[in-house]
Amino acid sequence: MSEKKKDELLHDHNHDGIDRRGFLKCMAWAGTGAFCVMKGGVLNSYSLSRMSEISAADMMGELSFVQISDSHMGFNKPANPDVAGTLKAAVDKVNGLAAAPEFMLHTGDISHLSKPEEFDTVEQILKAAKPKDVFYVPGEHDVLNDDGKQFLERYGKGSKGSGWYSFEKKGVHFIGLVNVMNLKAGGLGTLGHDQLEWLEDDVKHLKKSTPIVVFAHIPLWSVYPEWGWGTEDSAQALAYLKKFGSVTVLNGHIHQTMQKVEGNVTFHTAASTAFPQPQPGKADSPGPMKVPAEQLRSVLGVTDVNYIQGQHALAVVDSTLA
Amino acid sequence: MRRSVSVAILAAVLAIGFVATVEGRRGFALSAQEKALMEVKIDNFSYAPATLTVAAGTTVTWTNRDDIPHTVVSTDDPKTFKSKVLDTDEKFSFTFSKPGTFAYFCSIHPKMTGKVIVQ
Repeated sequence: MSEKKKDELLHDHNHDGIDRRGFLKCMAWAGTGAFCVMKGGVLNSYSLSRMSEISAADMMGELSFVQISDSHMGFNKPANPDVAGTLKAAVDKVNGLAAAPEFMLHTGDISHLSKPEEFDTVEQILKAAKPKDVFYVPGEHDVLNDDGKQFLERYGKGSKGSGWYSFEKKGVHFIGLVNVMNLKAGGLGTLGHDQLEWLEDDVKHLKKSTPIVVFAHIPLWSVYPEWGWGTEDSAQALAYLKKFGSVTVLNGHIHQTMQKVEGNVTFHTAASTAFPQPQPGKADSPGPMKVPAEQLRSVLGVTDVNYIQGQHALAVVDSTLA
Repeated sequence: MRRSVSVAILAAVLAIGFVATVEGRRGFALSAQEKALMEVKIDNFSYAPATLTVAAGTTVTWTNRDDIPHTVVSTDDPKTFKSKVLDTDEKFSFTFSKPGTFAYFCSIHPKMTGKVIVQ
């Protein structure tokens, strides 16, 4: 097996049935720089530090976009004293992609402490990115002290409830969900009754063949409930998406890349542009992981997603900032 | 008769003195303990001690020693207490005037829970 092949994690969504067993298929931990391409129903995962080995054709699709996450602007502890610098590096990485992605998704924790100047800084840095449109969902760090009022004022135009919404791009239906509000003691992320009702209604009219991309901050699958890495009522949300042939769920929050395939649903978590967090259960707490400065950028990243029209599959590429 | 009365008085005086001494000692010990336990430290995404027992009127202070912000929010409704977000080394204090058990959690990381028992 060649070096390159070794890093590829193949999932045939349409034929082999492995993914339907629903167990953890591939885990591309932070630091290895997960790079996934789903094409023709097959998901390939590469290390992005080997991006040069991937052909331009593999990265092209009818639609491409980038996911960035957990920029935690305002964080200044030893795990990363320069979160603005690493976010800028993420933007450089985005601008360096062979074909400019159409837009960006930010899956929350834009700010560290919900301070206006933190949001301002992120907006300023992201202005330098080639994709001009950025779609946001809040992380728990973005709704501190004011129940998300400021977040809604800044990013919630046209959204419902605490900031959920959907939009179409080239036949792909994107759904931004909010699962960081009204968290209950001892619990996980929560979508809540109102949002679930809205979701059911939002997808009711869509054809089964419509590719669905759901993005939310906290993982919509149970990554590690002991650390709160999951969403209480995500099963209900996924039940509404059962009829669709291709569903991709993009999350942040856990500051490391991870992937899981369950039936028609592919789950991905993106790395943070700010600081890495430990693997589930591999530390006393999910606090920031201090890595040597020269390694930091290799555990931070951006996620580039390609959609190939007609094949109902998405290619997800996780890129490190190294 | 007179003798037995004076013995009784002596016994009573001794008893009172003894009780007073014990009370005094216990009182001293309690307040030292209270002082030591009025602080809750937040380390590694947990409150320590997770359960704190205090006398009514005690002020409890939480200190966040993590690199990540946390909050201290009572689970009741309406909320008895609710801190602002506490960044590293920031503190929150609340004076518990009424007896009862007050469960609380971090509204950012709801897996973090603790309680204060006020006697």
